Amino acid sequence: MKWRDSWRFSAQVLLRHKARTALLSFAVAIGVCSVLLLTSVGEGARHYVSKEFASLGSDVLIILPGKKETSGGSIPFYSTTPRDLTIQDAQAIKHLSSVKSVAPVILGTALVSHKNKSREVITIGSTQGFLHVRNLTLSHGRGFSQKSADLAESICIIGAQLKDDLFGRDKAMGQWLKIADRRYRVVGILEKRGESLGLDMSDMVIIPIRSAESLFNSPALFRILVGLKPLQDELVTQQRILSLIKKRHDDEEDITIISQNAMMSSFDKISNFLTIAIGVIASISLVVAGFLIMNVSYISVSKRQQEIGLLKAIGATANEVRIIFLTESALLICLGVCLGLTAGYTLTALFNQFIASFVLIIPWWAALASGLMSFIIGLLFTWLPAAKAASQDPVSAMRGN
Amino acid sequence: MTKLATTKQITLSHIDKTYIVGEKPLHVLNDINLSIEAGEYISIMGPSGSGKSTLLNMIGLLDRVDNGSLVLEHTETSSLTEEQRAKLRRNSLGFIFQNFQLISRLTALENAELPLVLAGIDGSKRSKIVTKLFESLGLADRLQHLPKQLSGGQLQRVAIARAMVMSPKILLADEPTGNLDQKSGKEVVHVLEKLNLQGITLIMVTHDHELGARANRQLKMVDGVIVSDTSTCHEKGTKNEVA
Ligand SMILES: Nc1ncnc2c1ncn2[C@@H]1O[C@H](COP(=O)(O)OP(=O)(O)OP(=O)(O)O)[C@@H](O)[C@H]1O
Ligand SMILES: [Mg+2]
Repeated sequence: MKWRDSWRFSAQVLLRHKARTALLSFAVAIGVCSVLLLTSVGEGARHYVSKEFASLGSDVLIILPGKKETSGGSIPFYSTTPRDLTIQDAQAIKHLSSVKSVAPVILGTALVSHKNKSREVITIGSTQGFLHVRNLTLSHGRGFSQKSADLAESICIIGAQLKDDLFGRDKAMGQWLKIADRRYRVVGILEKRGESLGLDMSDMVIIPIRSAESLFNSPALFRILVGLKPLQDELVTQQRILSLIKKRHDDEEDITIISQNAMMSSFDKISNFLTIAIGVIASISLVVAGFLIMNVSYISVSKRQQEIGLLKAIGATANEVRIIFLTESALLICLGVCLGLTAGYTLTALFNQFIASFVLIIPWWAALASGLMSFIIGLLFTWLPAAKAASQDPVSAMRGN
Repeated sequence: MTKLATTKQITLSHIDKTYIVGEKPLHVLNDINLSIEAGEYISIMGPSGSGKSTLLNMIGLLDRVDNGSLVLEHTETSSLTEEQRAKLRRNSLGFIFQNFQLISRLTALENAELPLVLAGIDGSKRSKIVTKLFESLGLADRLQHLPKQLSGGQLQRVAIARAMVMSPKILLADEPTGNLDQKSGKEVVHVLEKLNLQGITLIMVTHDHELGARANRQLKMVDGVIVSDTSTCHEKGTKNEVA
C-alpha cells in the first residue's frame, strides 16, 4: 500500500465520522494549546525580568559594605562591623584597568519643592558615572561634569515624572528647585522610562556625590556601582576589587560584590526550569487526549470488524492493517496539533494586542515538543487497538464478531 | 516456498478441521481429499452446517487446516507465514461473499480497486483496470456510486469486479446469489460463468440446486465429508459417483 493511498484511505474514514474526528482533534488541540499558553506565560515572565536586568546595564558589579557570609550557616550574617565604603574607595576602583566607569552612591529621601509644589523624593548622590552604569540617558541637558562632582556644586538631574509634577508644562532646565533647605539648579532631565525592578527612575532626583555627602551629612556610601569594560573577565575583576579594598581597609575583607550577570544567569536558569516544569504539567492534558484516542480507537476497531476481515481476505497483511489504523490516528493528531498551534499562537497574539504591559512569548521548544509529544502519545495509545485489528482472523471478523 | 510439480491447480489431501466449542470437539472437515484442475467450474452443495464455507475458506487461505496438506498453484501452503498467505490471497485468489462485503463509505470504484491499492498500484492504472471491468459488467455508469445507491445485483457485480482486478486464477464464491432475487442471481451467475469460460477456475458454494447443476463438477457435502463428486460433460451427460 502506498503512503498516499493509506493517507487518503484514513482521511475518508475521518471525513465519514466528522463529529468523532472533531472531538478527538479538539482534545489534542486543547492539550497542545494549553502547553503553548502556559509556557508562554513563563517565557514572557522570563523575558520581562531579563529586560529589566538588561535595562540596569549589563557587565555591572555592585559593591555593598559588609561581608555576607553564605558558607557554613544557612542564614547569611555580617561577620564584622563593616567599615564604610568611601568616595576614595570608588576612585581607587576607577583606576583598575578593566573598569570603565564607577558610580559611588549615597541614597536618601528629601523634600523636593518648586514654587508651591513639594514632594518627598528619593535622592541619589552620585556622579555622571551613575548614568553610564545604569544605562540612563538624558532628554535635556548634559548632566554633571567631572569638576561639578568634586566641588559639591548645587545642581541636579531630575526624573521625567518629577519634572512633570513640579514644573508641569513649564521649562525646567536651568530652573532652581529646593531639596530640603538647599537650592539646586536643574542641569538634566532623565528620559522617560518605565519602572525598573521596583525603582522608579523617573521619580527621583540625582545630585553630585559631594553635595549629597553634605546634604545627608554622611560620607558613608550606600554602594558602589562598577561598570566593566566589554569582554573583561568578571571574576578576575571581582578578585582585583576585593584585594584592592582589602588593602585599603586594613586588610579586612568587609565588602560584598554582586555580579549582575551572575544574578541574571541564575535567574534565567531558574525561570527556564520553571517554564519547562509548567509545560510538563500542561502536557498531562495531552496524555488525557491520548487515552481518549485509545478508547475511541478500540471502539472503532470493534465497529469495523467486517471491514478489517474483508481487507485481510483480499490480501492485506497484518502489518498493512496496523498501518491503516496508525495512519488514521496520525492524521487525527496532525489535525489536532495544527488546530492547537493555530489556537495557541492566535490567542497569545490577541492577548499581546490588547494587553501591552506583559508580552506572552511561546518558546519554540514548547511548540516543537507539544507537537512531537502529541504524535508519540497518539501513536503509542493507538498501538494496542491497531495491534488488535491486525491480529483479527478474517473469517470471524467478516462475520462481525 | 516449495514448488511442487503437478498438473493440478489445487490439491487437498487428508484435510481435517476441528473446532472446540465448549468442551466438545466439532469435526467440521473430515479427511477431505480433492484435486482441482485449472479452469474447472465446481459447485459445492449440501445441508447447512455441513462445512461448505469452511472448505471454501480453507482453499482460500482464510483459515488454517489442522491436518493434511493443501497445495495451491504448486505451493504447499501449510508452511507459509501469515504474510505469505496474505500475498497469495491478494495475487492468486478472488473472493465473492453472500453479503457482498463492500465498504459503505467508499464508492463502487474505490471498493473495486482496493486490492490494487493494497498492491501499491498507481491511481491512474487502477482506474483504467476498474473502468474496463465495470464496462464488461454493465456498471460503466456506476463508478462513483456509493453502495447504498446500488441494487443487490449491482453490488455483487461490484464485488466481482473487486475479485477480478488482480486477475486471479481462482475465483471462490460463497453463496453469491444468496441475497439476490432470482433475476439478479441469474445475471451474477452468468457473469461468473463468462469469467470461467475465459479460463478462471470457479468454485461456488450454493443452496440452489438448479444453479449447482450448471457446474461441470458438483460436490456434495454432509457432515464435513464430500459424499459425492459428479462431473457432467455437458454434451454427453456422464456421471461419476464417488462413494
Ligand atoms: N469459528 C468457528 N468456531 C466454531 N464452530 C464453527 C466455526 N466456524 C464454523 N463452525 C461450525 O462449523 C460447521 C460448518 O460451518 P460452515 O460455515 O462451514 O457450514 P456451511 O456448510 O457453510 O453452512 P451454511 O450452508 O449454513 O452456510 C458449523 O456447524 C459451524 O457451527
Ligand atoms: Mg456457509
